[in-house]
Amino acid sequence: MLKTTDDSALAAAAIAGDREAFRHLVERHYDMIYRVAYRYLGSAADAEDIAQEVCITLATKLSRFNNRSRFSTWLVSIVINRCRDWLRRRKSSQALVEKYAVLREAEDADQADSDKRTGWLHGALQSLEPALRETVLLILGEDLSHAEAAKILGCAESTVSWRVHMARKHLKARTDDAYE
Amino acid sequence: MSEKDRLKEAFEAERIAPRSHARDAAVAAALAAFDAKIESTRQGSGLVSRLRNAARAAFETLTGKRSMRTTSFSSRQALLAGASLAVLTLAVLTAANLQTLEGFGLRDAREPVGGPPVGQKTDATPPPAQMRRVDAPANTVAKTEKDADKPEELAAQVAATQPVAQVAATQPVSPPINEAAPLPSPPAADALRSMAAPLAAGTVASSEGGAMIAEPPPPDAYHDQGRDRFATIETNPQKVTAQEPVSTFSIDVDSSSYSFMRASLNNGVLPQDDAVRVEELVNYFPYDYPGPDSAETPFAPSVTVMPTPWNTGTKLVSIGIKGYDIAPAARPHANLVFLIDTSGSMEEANKLPLLINSMKLLVDGLKPDDSVAIVTYAGSAGTVLEPTKASDKGKIDAALENLAAGGSTAGAEGIRQAYQLAERSFDKDGVNRVLLASDGDFNVGITDTDELQSFVEHERSSGIFLSVLGFGRGNYNDELMQALAQNGNGAAAYIDTLSEARKVLVEESTSTLFPIAKDVKIQVEFNPATVSEYRLIGYENRLLNREDFNNDKVDAGEIGSGHTVTAIYEITPKGSSAALVDDLRYQPNAAPATSGTADEYGFLRIRYKLPGEDASKLIETPIGASNEVGAAGGDVAREARFAASVAAFGQILRGGRYTGAFGYDDVIALANANKGDDAFGYRSEFVNLVRLAKSAAPMERQQP
Repeated sequence: MLKTTDDSALAAAAIAGDREAFRHLVERHYDMIYRVAYRYLGSAADAEDIAQEVCITLATKLSRFNNRSRFSTWLVSIVINRCRDWLRRRKSSQALVEKYAVLREAEDADQADSDKRTGWLHGALQSLEPALRETVLLILGEDLSHAEAAKILGCAESTVSWRVHMARKHLKARTDDAYE
Repeated sequence: MSEKDRLKEAFEAERIAPRSHARDAAVAAALAAFDAKIESTRQGSGLVSRLRNAARAAFETLTGKRSMRTTSFSSRQALLAGASLAVLTLAVLTAANLQTLEGFGLRDAREPVGGPPVGQKTDATPPPAQMRRVDAPANTVAKTEKDADKPEELAAQVAATQPVAQVAATQPVSPPINEAAPLPSPPAADALRSMAAPLAAGTVASSEGGAMIAEPPPPDAYHDQGRDRFATIETNPQKVTAQEPVSTFSIDVDSSSYSFMRASLNNGVLPQDDAVRVEELVNYFPYDYPGPDSAETPFAPSVTVMPTPWNTGTKLVSIGIKGYDIAPAARPHANLVFLIDTSGSMEEANKLPLLINSMKLLVDGLKPDDSVAIVTYAGSAGTVLEPTKASDKGKIDAALENLAAGGSTAGAEGIRQAYQLAERSFDKDGVNRVLLASDGDFNVGITDTDELQSFVEHERSSGIFLSVLGFGRGNYNDELMQALAQNGNGAAAYIDTLSEARKVLVEESTSTLFPIAKDVKIQVEFNPATVSEYRLIGYENRLLNREDFNNDKVDAGEIGSGHTVTAIYEITPKGSSAALVDDLRYQPNAAPATSGTADEYGFLRIRYKLPGEDASKLIETPIGASNEVGAAGGDVAREARFAASVAAFGQILRGGRYTGAFGYDDVIALANANKGDDAFGYRSEFVNLVRLAKSAAPMERQQP
């Protein structure tokens, strides 16, 4: 029965103290949490850390979910904020990170997926500046509407549209390199 | 294949499979956290939130809000939450009342009531019409949604915001509301604020390279992003004197709520209800009450009875206390440990840079032989500066300058190190104090409020006091900061600008740093023969049980040198038509007063301990006709009337359940008429804030 219960009912039950409901909620959304964090941060290890942190905070934060948006949208916004915090901390040694990014790109090339295009996407996402990356991973990766993404990212919907446009332009430039 | 599809396809083709053991570990960790939370809620302290959850569940069942399938399902939830049947019944009643009661604490449950009629919006997904409106700048989105029922206003707002949206579309990185940007200054603000502004701007500019991510999440763009945490406050209800003649509470000298409110209003947004603690608003201001003559009786009470500005049928009893002012020369030696949060979340112009400048101000005001040490905490805690004499100012400043933000927040470990350091240089004749500066977002190590609290409580017995300075907004954990300060014999202040830092750390440094009395409790017994009802304004989270008054083991607030504290009761004289509760038909009326006390409204008792002593002392005084002032009155009456204007403002911000038609303009008039000397301009600033509240009023309040 829990398998088919919708998110908001599960959340309500978990808020009221139902452990199984909470477990289902976490299990159901873990992959999404991980995916968003992985695309945002570009590292599996970082994404695992963030995903675990988010799952833990969910235990205490859940009571603040108030059904005004979809549960998954609400959850994505938590993940995005965590990732932003994470990047902000990392930014304190910006120069180092930039060097690291070069290294990582080389590393990524090595461990690139057998699917060439997937490997390409990973590198391409990391080449975007964070604002474009977080926008495009929500719109294209999570199929959110521009309006939902705008709410989560705290910017105007037109800004989201513009960023998606910029990201496409940027990624197209890379595709041209990759495919031609 | 078009470019668009190719990109989308790349996303769909990307297989991102989390490793199963990482997944299992995360689920297990989440469940452990869940169990810990349930456990802590069961242990009494969470009674309120438990009730709230039960009430919410019950409410949703009643109204069919959350597409709940069966009633048995939700009553199981309520039982699981540890609620007995009695609690459940209470919860259902509470939920039913929600629809009629304004300003009730249960915001989450109340929210849907203001929205579309029950049943129309059972789906959590916002209707498409609402989505399309989101193209307004973030801070007006909330407003637009709230006013959706007024189409013409909505159209005007959308029109007004259109240009902004267009600008956003043409700029590489649109600036959403940015909390790091300089706050708009109120017209008559202290010149110091303008010093803080370039500071803020500079930091933003320097981090511009990081583009979007350098900007903190906007505080109120989306209801999850205003993550400032406040404990829920239930406004004190009207009490019937015949049933409950005695009111007991601990004093509260904190002022953090006032500065938080100011920061909100300067952003054009009303603070959330729970962020407004009326007594802290009132106690933000220094009052010109007569003080005691010697440190032996550390303070003197000034009692005023006056007509209530917002209700002609009631009176206000204002109890003002002024602490003994220690002459600077007689100030004891100070042994201070700064415990500074340098976690990643502090890397914003209104946090660490402001903090560093605030600390420098404080060091400037110290005596040469006072000692200062600095402990920072981020991912790990570390001692940055061993105890150093204030005369060696260069060294202290250099240590402060070198602080940089990064990492997560191991607040508990930092607190432990700070106390160790303070113990090492403990001065039994001096003041030993840890000053914790943070945004309160402890996310590593002990993060549980109760656990931290009990640690601090334990350390209090060693004679080391804790003061808490709060910084930043958007993720401010006020609940934790308050809990720490209250249990550590200290005050909590919220620093939003450099001029606030000056107020707390320079002008009031003696009261911030040097306590003259601790565990100060106030008890008022009202006379049922003259007062039919009474209500304590504010102090909701400081209430004590009647028997706690004489129990010296029960902790209460401390008073610093020169501090003033004001508590206000609204009383309904016997026979007044303003009484809210009717007399009972089958009970005899209150016994007539015994002779000699017929003209007394009540009797005031104050208990306190001198610092370093364990036995409390008692001050007693009747509240009678001799305390009554009319429209005239001297200095004390003027001060009390100003306090009343602040109290009125706080109550209006919290929903104005008892303030009737008294509005912002009345507050301004009352405050202006009773400004007094206002040497530092605090009261003028207050009047400006009320004006800001007037224009901020139509906006939706920030979500808790």
